Amino acid sequence: MIFWPAAALAFGTTAVAITRANPVHALLWFVVSLIAMALVFFALGAAFAAALEVIVYAGAIVVLFLFVVMMLSLDRAASSREKIWMSRPVWIIPAIFVVLLGAGIAWAVFAQTHLPPMPGRAVPPAEVGLRLFSTDLAAVELASLLLLAGLVGAFHLGREPR
Amino acid sequence: MIPWTAPAALSLGLFLLGLLGLLARRSLVFVLMSIEIMLNAAGLLFIAAGMRWGSADGQIMFILVLNLAGAELALGLILLLRLRGRLTTLDGDSATLLRDAP
Repeated sequence: MIFWPAAALAFGTTAVAITRANPVHALLWFVVSLIAMALVFFALGAAFAAALEVIVYAGAIVVLFLFVVMMLSLDRAASSREKIWMSRPVWIIPAIFVVLLGAGIAWAVFAQTHLPPMPGRAVPPAEVGLRLFSTDLAAVELASLLLLAGLVGAFHLGREPR
Repeated sequence: MIPWTAPAALSLGLFLLGLLGLLARRSLVFVLMSIEIMLNAAGLLFIAAGMRWGSADGQIMFILVLNLAGAELALGLILLLRLRGRLTTLDGDSATLLRDAP
């Protein structure tokens, strides 16, 4: 049963990642968290999603993130400023709100809904591909439009102003 | 198979961690990273629901969420780079006004 260790690893490394002062260290912890998430997807029978998680998230998105963080040329002064911003009192009020929200959602979802138990089924990648390129073709086109808009927007914003 | 509540609880936990990071951190790099964590948690919930109902829709929605995360991150990072050139710091609080600080 690979699910529980992978879930614990994903949760723990994410908690470490959001509390680092150094962005590069945080991103490396985030990579570990994403690979653990890929294991979770694999345990849920979604092997294609697990592969996508490693290739797209850990391989492309976080690497893009790392490039930008290195282009920002953060120094020791930035790191120590970061430590001051992360002092303990800063976390108290957000933590209270998050715990309240989490308790509310957990109560609403896990205590109030009564879904009958169902065995569950691993969905093979072939089925996903067939659905994606037959009945859900419009969603693929919309996704490509979204990526095109992102590309044009990034190109426009990234140009040096004249 | 694992009952659907286990991945749903993990998804809730990861979403709340991302929200905590979003609220508590001031550095814009961490704000973007927290948004990615929250989007990833939403994707996990789609996968868990797809497993519970044995439907391909969950994984299709996950692919679309992945797309959204990629497009959002490209724009967010480029804005971050431009902001860094203008403000010389990554403090989100120094960019609350829509014009240059006096």
